Amino acid sequence: MALSREQLAQRVAQELQDGYYVNLGIGIPTLVANYVPKGMEVMLQSENGLLGMGQFPTEALIDADLINAGKQTVTMATGASIFDSAESFAMIRGGHVDLTVLGAFEVDVNGNIASYMIPGKLIKGMGGAMDLVAGADNIIVTMTHASKHGVSKLLSNCTLPLTGKGCIKKVLTDLAFIEIKDGKFHLLERAPGVSVEEIISLTEGELIIDGETPEMSF
Amino acid sequence: MAGFDKVVSSYEEAMAGLEDNMTVIAGGFGLCGIPENLISEIKRKGTKGLTLVSNNCGVDDFGLGILLPDRQIKKIVASYVGENAEFERQMMNGELEVELTPQGTLAEKMRAGGAGIPAFYTATGYGTPVAEGKEEREFDGRHYILEPAIKGDFAIVKAWKADRYGNLVFRKTARNFNPLAATAGKITVVEVEEIVEPGELDPDHIHTPGIYVNRLILGSFEKRIEQRTVRSDT
Repeated sequence: MALSREQLAQRVAQELQDGYYVNLGIGIPTLVANYVPKGMEVMLQSENGLLGMGQFPTEALIDADLINAGKQTVTMATGASIFDSAESFAMIRGGHVDLTVLGAFEVDVNGNIASYMIPGKLIKGMGGAMDLVAGADNIIVTMTHASKHGVSKLLSNCTLPLTGKGCIKKVLTDLAFIEIKDGKFHLLERAPGVSVEEIISLTEGELIIDGETPEMSF
Repeated sequence: MAGFDKVVSSYEEAMAGLEDNMTVIAGGFGLCGIPENLISEIKRKGTKGLTLVSNNCGVDDFGLGILLPDRQIKKIVASYVGENAEFERQMMNGELEVELTPQGTLAEKMRAGGAGIPAFYTATGYGTPVAEGKEEREFDGRHYILEPAIKGDFAIVKAWKADRYGNLVFRKTARNFNPLAATAGKITVVEVEEIVEPGELDPDHIHTPGIYVNRLILGSFEKRIEQRTVRSDT
């Protein structure tokens, strides 16, 4: 079975470490915050200028001056700090964020990522995504492995305009956890009940399978 | 106005001197911390052919979006746009020029513009459409592109509190691009929720020193929320 959105978030959460500063993109990455292991402390960075993002406010606590990068009203966690946008991206670009999680349309064997633009369709912009992929060392891309029509999104070469070049090393799809190195995809884990054959058939870029591929556990 | 007193008493005075085809840098992220009344004054003046530099372009009836129906914006430099129908229509028809700029690069362009740095190298955007036509250079085996700074004829800024000398304090994430915009305008105009006397703000707690500020006005704000998200428990 392909992973649900919640399972994707749960699997990413297993990569968290105590004391991590983490930037979570919009969509599935945001859900990771719900699965921080008990007893572990992580601090969420929101690139509009907040380190230590808390949960959504109650009706009584809504504050128009306090939002996240998705423009949603939020609260601040204990120990939070506020800063301007240049400072925020100094943290990101300067490699101070321990883990970045974001979505993508396509990734390829050279670690290229396309996530912001489909030519001919409405172009809304890259927001902070280009800075995030260029600045972070530890990035996990979460995405579906293939389109609804079975077209692979893990390619030998991205077809869409790039968000970043050669910057992705880990991809978690609904079918597999994959590492990118030496110009190849390497299968690390498979979703429960998903066969290696199915993953191979839906991966267009070169995929290396080294021995038995363990199933993800939750 | 005398000495360091930056306070003006009308929005007309605040935006005096804004002319067609000028570049305006605006603070704000989404609808958070936008100089909403200064934007309304630009609409009232009917200034046209403007280049706007702002992370976003508001929504249909609020923020910079209100400058679209009368075609006041010629070009926008932003990281994320298209939250409104009129913007989409004008962009698709080629009536509005859009220069998409990564968010961190946009912030740094403003910072550099205000700090007297003409351009800077960044890895952001290397190998992407953003790099087209830009100088590339390698430092320690990594690729970077050269990004020019941005300066504005005007900068429009929203702060929380100020003293009459234009020392500014921002509130929560309404800070965002505002302190950067404030440094990068030839004329920087700031609207605030409260103005106090010099000496009342703790010098250690000032985010933007008054040297960057030319005009200051007291406003009242709607502070519209774009994505109202709440949790149900208590």
